[in-house]
Amino acid sequence: MTTATTTIADIYTALEQVMDPEIPVLNVLELGMITGVTLYEGTAHIKMIPTFAACPAVSYIQQNIRATVNKLTGLPVQVTVDKEVHWQSNRLTDTAKEKLQHFGIAAPQVHEGELRAEIMLNTPCPHCHSENTYLRSPFGSTLCRAIHYCKDCGMVFEQFKPVE
Amino acid sequence: MNAALQKAITTLITSMADDALILGHRNSEWTGLGPIMEEDIAFSSMAQDKIGHAWALYRILQEHLGGEDPDQFAFIRAAKDFTCCHLAELPISSYDFSLMRHFLFDHAEAVRYESLQQCSFEPLQQLSKKVKGELKYHTLHADAWVLQLCRGGEESQQRMQAALDRCFPLAAGIFEPGPQDALLADAGIYPGEQTLYDKWLNTIYPLLVNASLNLPDPAAIPPQYGGRYGNHTPHLQALLQEMGEVFRLDPTAGW
Repeated sequence: MTTATTTIADIYTALEQVMDPEIPVLNVLELGMITGVTLYEGTAHIKMIPTFAACPAVSYIQQNIRATVNKLTGLPVQVTVDKEVHWQSNRLTDTAKEKLQHFGIAAPQVHEGELRAEIMLNTPCPHCHSENTYLRSPFGSTLCRAIHYCKDCGMVFEQFKPVE
Repeated sequence: MNAALQKAITTLITSMADDALILGHRNSEWTGLGPIMEEDIAFSSMAQDKIGHAWALYRILQEHLGGEDPDQFAFIRAAKDFTCCHLAELPISSYDFSLMRHFLFDHAEAVRYESLQQCSFEPLQQLSKKVKGELKYHTLHADAWVLQLCRGGEESQQRMQAALDRCFPLAAGIFEPGPQDALLADAGIYPGEQTLYDKWLNTIYPLLVNASLNLPDPAAIPPQYGGRYGNHTPHLQALLQEMGEVFRLDPTAGW
């Protein structure tokens, strides 16, 4: 691919190769972290948003975006944090949710703007699909995960938390 | 924006950020010591969130209000230049105290960030949407454990009541009025401490009743003020000493 003919679509294709370091089966597009891509004066400008304010992986992900897009398109890349959009779990794509389930992490329930505590009850178990489960702790191994327990198969499982 | 309003917003954001940083540091002191592993993880995660919120607020000061680099500002300042409330700076003590502090503080934060959804200062309004969503999990966690321990037998219930009695005047000190409250309210920044305090009481009251806890009479107990004006307990100095120890070895080091 030559730089002169690179399109926005090519940049999106390159972004599919940038995986989340904590959930390596998901790329940044599936996670809903990319809010804008533009090509201006031969530079790819990519706007992104972190999932959580204190996400320790943000600068690592930015670095991966720069390196991967540059490698695959040959373009110089500028990555900025978009402050006008905030991440919420509804931004996860359907593909992302399916991949999460296969990875053993329950997907977040879709919420209608305001998050209510009840939404965390009866989260389907990613192992046996039972809804006979309860929330053990709203905090897990990373900021974006909660811990649940399945009363049917006896497994403790993680869930990607629903976030407003 | 005129200079007086800019100064008032800076004061407000600094207090919010200092509360988050200092309580975040205190929360992190439970890492490795939590009574059960889930609680160890919960307090560690909340510490990470809080320090992240503090950093984002310090960044607003730096990017929009002529403030310093967040790390320098967090680690090098003297105790008297911090404006956190006394509630945030006290040592973790026992789990009942830390849990009750977390309950009262996070509901106060939730009320504050809810009010900032309408803030006329755009950077703060934008950040508040994100923080508000994250705080849901802090209050969810606090509510669940307060209720569980209050229903966990006589000793457990008594200890939670004692923790509430101790924490209440400290928590009321979160809402220490500032001289610029009216200015900030007029400019549409936020409604002022008194309004937030009333909303906070209305939020926690039914939760405490549900847990069979008696809210101390707010009119009879003087709030523990002073933090917003740089007057602190001796515990803050000790905390800052420890928190900045590594940073001060080489303040210009890149991490």
